Amino acid sequence: MRVSSRPKHVGRSGRAGPVVAVLAAVGLALLVLPLLGLLLRAPWAELPGLLASEAVLQALGLSLGTAAVSTVLCLTFGIPIAVLLSHSVHWGVVPRRLLRAAITIPLVLPPVVGGIALLLLLGRRGIVGQWLAEIGITIPFTTGAVVIAQTFVAMPFLVFAVEGALRSADRRSELAAATLGATPGQTFRLVTLPLVAPGIAAGAVLCFTRALGEFGATITFAGSFPGVTRTLPIASYLAMNSDPDTAIALALVLLAVSLVVLLGLRDRWLPGVVK
Amino acid sequence: MLRLIAVAAGVVVLAGCAAPQTSTVTVLAAASLTDALDEASAAYRAEHPDVEIVVGYGGSSALAEQIVSGAPADVFFAANEATMQTVVDASLAVDPEVLLTNTLELVVPAGNPGEVRGLADLADPQLVVALCDPSVPCGAAAVQLLDLAGVTASVDTYEDDVRAALTKVALGEVDAALVYRTDVAAAGDAVEGIEIPEAASVVNRYPVALLADAADPAAAQEFLDFLRSAEGREVFERAGFVAP
Repeated sequence: MRVSSRPKHVGRSGRAGPVVAVLAAVGLALLVLPLLGLLLRAPWAELPGLLASEAVLQALGLSLGTAAVSTVLCLTFGIPIAVLLSHSVHWGVVPRRLLRAAITIPLVLPPVVGGIALLLLLGRRGIVGQWLAEIGITIPFTTGAVVIAQTFVAMPFLVFAVEGALRSADRRSELAAATLGATPGQTFRLVTLPLVAPGIAAGAVLCFTRALGEFGATITFAGSFPGVTRTLPIASYLAMNSDPDTAIALALVLLAVSLVVLLGLRDRWLPGVVK
Repeated sequence: MLRLIAVAAGVVVLAGCAAPQTSTVTVLAAASLTDALDEASAAYRAEHPDVEIVVGYGGSSALAEQIVSGAPADVFFAANEATMQTVVDASLAVDPEVLLTNTLELVVPAGNPGEVRGLADLADPQLVVALCDPSVPCGAAAVQLLDLAGVTASVDTYEDDVRAALTKVALGEVDAALVYRTDVAAAGDAVEGIEIPEAASVVNRYPVALLADAADPAAAQEFLDFLRSAEGREVFERAGFVAP
């Protein structure tokens, strides 16, 4: 199945022109140099002590836990959305575009706006939240609120990754399965899902790293309390107020976890999807 | 393509030259100053239409950290002396002067749904309680005040500046928070304030200073002089701030 992805023509001579090269170099410098700055400025000598502090371990544990739960929620609800989206090609233009827009909104929305929206929906005086409050459920300022905020911002990553995989998958196997008497449920479970597994894995990884880095929606909707809602990005931001060394140490942890997730899973789970 | 870049660079240079003859004073100020300083700036602008006053509000400690990291600003107005000191220590602030003082008050949503009576109620785990993060001045003052009163608060969220805490009370998402009395006044009918007897012993002093790297020190100094003048002070006193 692997097709060579090397383009046949990059510029006329097979090399990029000097302007392209310079602009690409500037762009790459912008992407890479800040991280390099972080590494150079890091208080390496004090790092073990800073990282072993209870505040850091607590924030790390909370971040990993909530991001994992958010990823499971994104998989649970996002795969069906992706299936719906892939079926929407048979719909009219308006409903199809509305569905796509609804999924895209959290992707382009500033996360703080998402947090405000979540607060106005699920807060104690929110449209839905006031009913929940009457039966004794309050969501803001809880770990559940962190998970909801993360799921909100991360879901589109999963949906679009899976939808892309569904679109490029060879659908003839599904037809064959159906012809051989499989029910739609069996076809989806036994044929479609394995077919798009790499897309699902790629989506889950993107989803997890996005959830891990979530800040704006979380601090607006869930607040900040150590061990309950203060995730790594929030802890890092707050530490920047008073203790830049700790902020840098926390930022390094986030960077390391993200890199480990992206690089570590690349070859094993994501053949041909994330290269 | 190169010509295009050259043209673009030329446009940028020209735009720089063509800037109007007005001067701009950039102020970084504690979140609790939000409404009062806006009003003072408007009053100053009425007399000096050629001067633009741009104010960035935030938690004082975050602002101090930004100044130390090189944020371009002309004036720093902090909510306590400790945050100003970090800027002075970096040799970036010139002769800070305490202009105002402020004290804390309990704030609850209109109607007081949590039936909060005093500081001791903050220990009730049933209530949703917000404090400022201890790294910002209102949070540092809240810690002192709670210590003084011997109350261990059951906190649900530490907000990164005082206005964030106030907003969550105004939205009704939080039953009680400790904010400045000036914030309670600024929030109007959405909230109610509850005076705390112990609050008078924890006073936040607000220093203001010209910054060493000010782009236009003369214009900035003139704005500072206005803030110090009787007219300037009056704006702050109307908002509930107290002269030191």
